[in-house]
Amino acid sequence: MNAMTMHWADLWPVYPEAFVLAAACVILMVDLALPRSYRRLTELLAILALVGASWLTAQQEYTPHLSLLHGFFVLDPMAHVLKLFAYALVALAFFYSREYLERLNLMRGEYYMLGLTALLGIMVIISAGSLLTVYIGVELLALSQYAMVAFNRESGVAAESAMKYFVLGAVASGILLYGISIIYGVTGTFALEPLTHIVTQSTAQNVGLLFGLAFIVVGIAFKFGAVPFHMWIPDVYHGAPTCVTLFISSAPKLAAFALAMRVLAEGLGGANVAWQQMLIVLSIGSMGIGNIVAIAQTNLKRMLAYSAISHVGFILLGILAATPEGYSAAMFYTLTYTLMAIGSFGVILLLADRGFEADSIDDYKGLNDKSPWFALMMLFFMFSTAGVPPFVGFFAKLYVIQAVLHVNMAWLAVVAVLFSVIGAFYYLRIIKVMYFDKSADGRTIHANLGFRIMLSVNAIALLLLGIYNGRLLDVCIRAIHPG
Amino acid sequence: MIAPAYLLSWLTWLPVAGGAVVLAVSDKRVSLGRWLALLVSLATFALACLLWRDFDRTTAAMQFVERVQWIATLHSDYYLGVDGISMPLILLTAFMTPLVIIAGWTVIEKRPTQYFAAFLILEGLMIGVFSALDALLFYVLWEAMLIPMFLIIGVWGGARRVYATLKFFLFTFLGSVLMLVALIYLYLQTHTYDLASFYSVRLTLQEQIFIFLAFLAAFAVKVPMWPVHTWLPDAHVEAPTGGSVILAAIMLKMGGYGFLRFSLPITPDASRELDWLIIGLSLIAVTYIGFVALVQQDMKKLIAYSSIAHMGFVTLGAFIAWDIYAATGNLSGAAMGLDGAMVQMVSHGLISGALFLCVGVLYDRVHSREVSAYGGVINTMPIFGAFMVLFALANAGLPGTSGFVGEFLVILSSFKANFWYAFIAGTIMILGAAYTLWLVKRVIFGAVANDNVAKLTDLNGREFLVLGVLAVGVLVLGLWPAPLLDVMRETLRHLVGELMTSKLPV
Repeated sequence: MNAMTMHWADLWPVYPEAFVLAAACVILMVDLALPRSYRRLTELLAILALVGASWLTAQQEYTPHLSLLHGFFVLDPMAHVLKLFAYALVALAFFYSREYLERLNLMRGEYYMLGLTALLGIMVIISAGSLLTVYIGVELLALSQYAMVAFNRESGVAAESAMKYFVLGAVASGILLYGISIIYGVTGTFALEPLTHIVTQSTAQNVGLLFGLAFIVVGIAFKFGAVPFHMWIPDVYHGAPTCVTLFISSAPKLAAFALAMRVLAEGLGGANVAWQQMLIVLSIGSMGIGNIVAIAQTNLKRMLAYSAISHVGFILLGILAATPEGYSAAMFYTLTYTLMAIGSFGVILLLADRGFEADSIDDYKGLNDKSPWFALMMLFFMFSTAGVPPFVGFFAKLYVIQAVLHVNMAWLAVVAVLFSVIGAFYYLRIIKVMYFDKSADGRTIHANLGFRIMLSVNAIALLLLGIYNGRLLDVCIRAIHPG
Repeated sequence: MIAPAYLLSWLTWLPVAGGAVVLAVSDKRVSLGRWLALLVSLATFALACLLWRDFDRTTAAMQFVERVQWIATLHSDYYLGVDGISMPLILLTAFMTPLVIIAGWTVIEKRPTQYFAAFLILEGLMIGVFSALDALLFYVLWEAMLIPMFLIIGVWGGARRVYATLKFFLFTFLGSVLMLVALIYLYLQTHTYDLASFYSVRLTLQEQIFIFLAFLAAFAVKVPMWPVHTWLPDAHVEAPTGGSVILAAIMLKMGGYGFLRFSLPITPDASRELDWLIIGLSLIAVTYIGFVALVQQDMKKLIAYSSIAHMGFVTLGAFIAWDIYAATGNLSGAAMGLDGAMVQMVSHGLISGALFLCVGVLYDRVHSREVSAYGGVINTMPIFGAFMVLFALANAGLPGTSGFVGEFLVILSSFKANFWYAFIAGTIMILGAAYTLWLVKRVIFGAVANDNVAKLTDLNGREFLVLGVLAVGVLVLGLWPAPLLDVMRETLRHLVGELMTSKLPV
């Protein structure tokens, strides 16, 4: 495509991105003009923007592979599905956040603006066609998230977390960029498509390529929060306002998955033997450290942070199989995990009250006496996250383990299931606290009806997806392997 | 009455749906909740009776088959069906659940509707496990079963309930996930989760041994076999009466069922290679655990250990076939061991359930499970005493009760294999009699031991009904086991054929 003859109409694949960018700017401006009491309008606009973006994405033709802007931007079925999911998750995050923000006097337009720019970063990563696009997306997402973590100006803990996140994130970005530049030096290209051919054809052990690959894997591992690059996760999850934690724990995981897919599976797919080894170490480390350290936590947000690390280990398990089956299993895992994570943090928001964060595990004592319904919903979230059937979390684990067994790594599958048993312990502890213990405080739940309904739908979806998930699996398989 | 179409789906989902409805009933309207629960469980039992009536005894093929595509990509189906192994166990499940609900009628004070709902959901899932013919469906139901049981022990259990229920969950979960790896491995060989295709897949001996051990991890924990039995005494002691009954009567049978449905037909060569292991562990369970039971001071613990010893007979009977064949060259003796294992499962379900209910009756009055807290109960509770003595004798294997039939068949078949197997297994007749009769002597007979016993009131109508029904079951099965044996005959004959067919690659 020649830049001179390019028309707006040819740019249809980037319409959703352009729309989200414009919407973020407009919302920032509108919010400036709105009096405090009209802030709900900002939320409404943000959700409308997401609906609009969904519509634009849904309108796009379902193409096997479309490359645009000199190969910097690609549109394929995987991008299609991941973007639609990202809109839904961000909308859900906005929906869950409102009451909490109002209670903390944090109901400001910036939250929505930052959320939308973070979404834009996610979309750019998802559709990245070159290493530079990847980097731009990563930075856009990361910068938005740093600001979101520090969003509560009065909280020292949040500021500390944001600072830690920022410093570590900057180092990781630097490493990623370094890796990208080495790859460029070795292959002479940023674009993923030519890179694929070059890497596949370089039969000899290309030291420069492996060197660059190692740095890139580190960068990806940091974004995922895989052990040993996980240090920021617990502090950020714990320190950030819960609604921000909820945001960070959901849609950005899709971006991390897309990042690994675009760079490792597509761009450096030919070097899979090399990165497979690295991912095995990262995966076992994440499942091990994540699951074992989570047992020692007394704070629910921190526990869920370590749980997130362990789930990353499982997602990497699917990716490291380096087969279409493994990629689609990892995608299925990522999609369903984000639903569980967002719901679990949603329960924390449900119980939170003015001056009461509801983030200590003890705060859940006797929840079954206070609200049998929401204790049941939390039970759904916990058993699903633990991977106990009939909830969908089990099937996510089943598919990745199946993929790993298929490439004859039975020992790795056994390691994975053993760690999932260790992991089950701390989820059971939450259920124990809710059902077996007596409540210490007389607090009641006063979330609004919409919130309650949405959270219940979220939880029941995990059960229904567990009972029937054939369609979602097919969507993931077709997203990875069109045709 | 004509049985409805999709009978197995009805049996599985009616209790689950009923449980969900009961869950929605608030605790303020307890009596609505429990009548509803009873009604649902009785309806399920009625359906199970239709299953028994319409079951074709002349074939080993799967019956009442339902098959709908479930996860197309995996070639996994919602595939239900029963044969002579699963049908009696389904009937047992549907028989025990109403009794448990009646037994918990007024006894449960904390969140009663949730209690009844948990049992109904558990019932549905258990029936589903017994009727699933798709390995993935089986696994999903098998694991899902843990959730209600985890809550039953944890919410309504005794003082150390949290420890007990976590141990129960994690032990069984650990065993199960290894089975999952084996099932996935089999799936990758056949590209379907259909059990029937697992039966026909050819595997090298090494593969078979790995798969066999993975299955063993899951089923040995569930049975439970020595040395992975340690969760059971804890779980039994801490569980509420109903939980102990279901645990002993049905959930332990899942392990035995798993051996018959998975290990034996899928990995017959590995089973033959490793049958010494299972036989050895079974004999240890029978003798060593028998001695352990002898020294227990807690009634529930004693019955729990007795359960482990009796379940040792099930595993012994299931794995004795090759030795019988080697010794006699005759297949009919091999079937007798399996017959014994099956009868023992059903009979143990009735007897252990009844014994736990007896302990529950005492516990509800005195709030102690210690043997030493009782003595001379017969003086104040003569009717109860009679029941307890009957069940104790059945547990000890008195001829005329169901306990005798299973043990006798297994001992007889192990005689055909090896005299010493039979000799060691026969010690259960002595040990079993020793610990159960000694229990009865200390609790039931003698002079009234203390004021608590003196104040005891005899069974009320509800308790009489529950124990009476079980007593009838124990006696009928003991005096006339033929209908049960009839139901199983063709299936077990077919299973013996499968055992003798090598699955090694040609």
